[in-house]
Amino acid sequence: MTARRLTRPTWLDRVSDFSTHAGRGWRTVAAKELADHVLSRRFLVLLAILGLAALATVYFSSQLIRDAATQASGSPALFLRLFTVTGDQFPFPFFGLVSFVLPLVGIAFGFDAINGERSLGTLPRLLAQPIHRDDVINGKFAAGLLVIGLILASVTALVAAFGLLRLGITPGAGDVARMIAWVVLSIVYVGLWLAFAMLCSVAILRAATAALVAFGVWLALSLFFNLVASLLAGALAPAAGTAPDALVANARLEQQLTELSPITLYQEATVALLNPSVRTVGVVLPQQADRAIPSTLSIDQSLLVVWPQAVALVALTVLCFAVAYVIFMRQEVRA
Amino acid sequence: MATSALDRAAPGSRPARTRSRAKEPIITARGLTKMYGTFTAVDRLNLDVYPGEIFGLLGPNGAGKTTTILMMLGLSEPTSGEVRVAGLDPTRRPLDVKRRVGYLPDDAGFYPTLTGRQNLRYTARLNSLARGTAEDRISTVLAQVGLADRADDRVETYSRGMRQRLGIADALVKDPDILILDEPTVAIDPIGVAEMLDLMRRLVQGRGIALLLASHLLDQVQSVCDRVGIFSAGRLINVGSVDELARRYGGDRSEILVGVEAAPRTDAAAIGARLASQPGVVAVEPRPMSGDGDLNWALTLDPKASESETRAAVLRAILADGLLLTRLTRTSPSLDQIYRTAVEGHLATKGRVEVRSTEPGTGTQTSGGRRPRSVGRRASRRGPSARKGERR
Repeated sequence: MTARRLTRPTWLDRVSDFSTHAGRGWRTVAAKELADHVLSRRFLVLLAILGLAALATVYFSSQLIRDAATQASGSPALFLRLFTVTGDQFPFPFFGLVSFVLPLVGIAFGFDAINGERSLGTLPRLLAQPIHRDDVINGKFAAGLLVIGLILASVTALVAAFGLLRLGITPGAGDVARMIAWVVLSIVYVGLWLAFAMLCSVAILRAATAALVAFGVWLALSLFFNLVASLLAGALAPAAGTAPDALVANARLEQQLTELSPITLYQEATVALLNPSVRTVGVVLPQQADRAIPSTLSIDQSLLVVWPQAVALVALTVLCFAVAYVIFMRQEVRA
Repeated sequence: MATSALDRAAPGSRPARTRSRAKEPIITARGLTKMYGTFTAVDRLNLDVYPGEIFGLLGPNGAGKTTTILMMLGLSEPTSGEVRVAGLDPTRRPLDVKRRVGYLPDDAGFYPTLTGRQNLRYTARLNSLARGTAEDRISTVLAQVGLADRADDRVETYSRGMRQRLGIADALVKDPDILILDEPTVAIDPIGVAEMLDLMRRLVQGRGIALLLASHLLDQVQSVCDRVGIFSAGRLINVGSVDELARRYGGDRSEILVGVEAAPRTDAAAIGARLASQPGVVAVEPRPMSGDGDLNWALTLDPKASESETRAAVLRAILADGLLLTRLTRTSPSLDQIYRTAVEGHLATKGRVEVRSTEPGTGTQTSGGRRPRSVGRRASRRGPSARKGERR
């Protein structure tokens, strides 16, 4: 028995080893994290808050649509307006609320991923098991994203079902496709924040500091970023009376600057996905809009419009991951 | 733990060592070095650990024991030199190594909201044990460490000693060929320690695994180790069985212990001076002993003098003073003393070399060994992340 175990592995062992182990580690980590999440208080709190907020927004927006049903009838994609309409009583549309809450959710599920293990003293034990270090990050990311995705999808479905009852409108195939596309986009977006929070949890040793940094970045991006972008563009603005081309170029610059923020990227993409009459998220000149026939885009055309934004969000996520990997690999196991 | 060198000579431990010597070493290190910045945490380490033996890696905190262990597991990359575990290079094949090595880290933590059994189940899954085997093994190891009745309680309700036991169980779940325990007895009560050491002994003898035990609690581990290596400031300064080391470090030095009953009017200083004036006595050191109210002194004897004559002289002096003798024994050096002698000798030679070389900067290595190390480590760890933060 002992002698057998002590022999060196043959190539056959190694091959079977690889097939049983490749991709096994992260799934084990993910399964454990998933179980932890589902039983955790933060999951229940998140579910309750998101569910209540969703019901409130949908109640008010459906009220609004019913009141204005006469004008609204015949307007394109009426069902999707359930998600976008705002009223006086409740100033947030559903999508606005979600775009506000998603970064917070991502941060809440990721800020203590690695440094939490460190402070529990479980990290050395975990890394002494036959798994790679990135399995830990990947597993935790997968579990967090899966949980958030499930909540988001179910809340969206809940909203749609509620709207169906209140409005009595059945969504068309295009509407459903847009909703699904929007949920996927939102999961990508929350994935970015989750990846960023996990990066903080790797780089910053104390969970509280990591949470503060992540929230700080979110706050700075959502409050000040557009301001800074317009300030910068304003500083570079051409003098009055210059050629319109220069003015247009300046407006484009301002938009490009704001698009450095994932928040802007997500909002632009959301608007284009949930409102089929939006044809571009860029700068539109009067002569371009002049005599344009108001019409709606098909879902594939809308997807083309949001494609750059979606790719940019994925790229930012990958960047966060890459940095987190590099830091984690170079870190000492001991705190 | 009143263990003496006599225990070490018990017949049970002897064959284990001679048997192990015949085999190939399962852990080898050659010239293993780890630098953190300019600080050398482990300095040109050479080490062999054989299957079926308990090897004690002894040294104070910060001597480089844990760093050595992390390099054996592939969790830290050696700056130079090489280490082989079960014939494998841990840096290149970390998963194969970690599959064979059960490791209990210093101050190991567990997920507090999971039960002990669930924590072990996670480890078993990470080692891709089949479900049935895993459950059997978990029950077995939990019983072995005496946690069977608390296995289904949350870990947050465990005492520190219970966590430590759970840590040993955790290292055993994967049925390792090599067991590395970093400070395994630190929070366990004396009876628990005896049980743990007994368990380790049984594991090694029954299954032929190699056990590497890192500890600074010398008297606890000396009873169980076949061989020990003494670590100081990153260097392994001596390797051998406790007996061998005792001969090496304690051979030219003998010591007797003298105790007298303390009466209200006994003048400790006067007796000490009188003992020091006896022929053959080189030094006198008061040595308080717990448990009795006696006054005790350790007398270091001149190796050239006759010990029996000195003892007779001491006895006469005590009786002449009308004191009641409670103790007059010869002490053999404990591992603690061996260790102190070895480390002090090592540091002294190192210090002399440094003074001679007059090279700036090297002096800090031994004298303030721990401080530059932590600074260096923090700098290397914070460095990249801090820069990333600025860029963002």
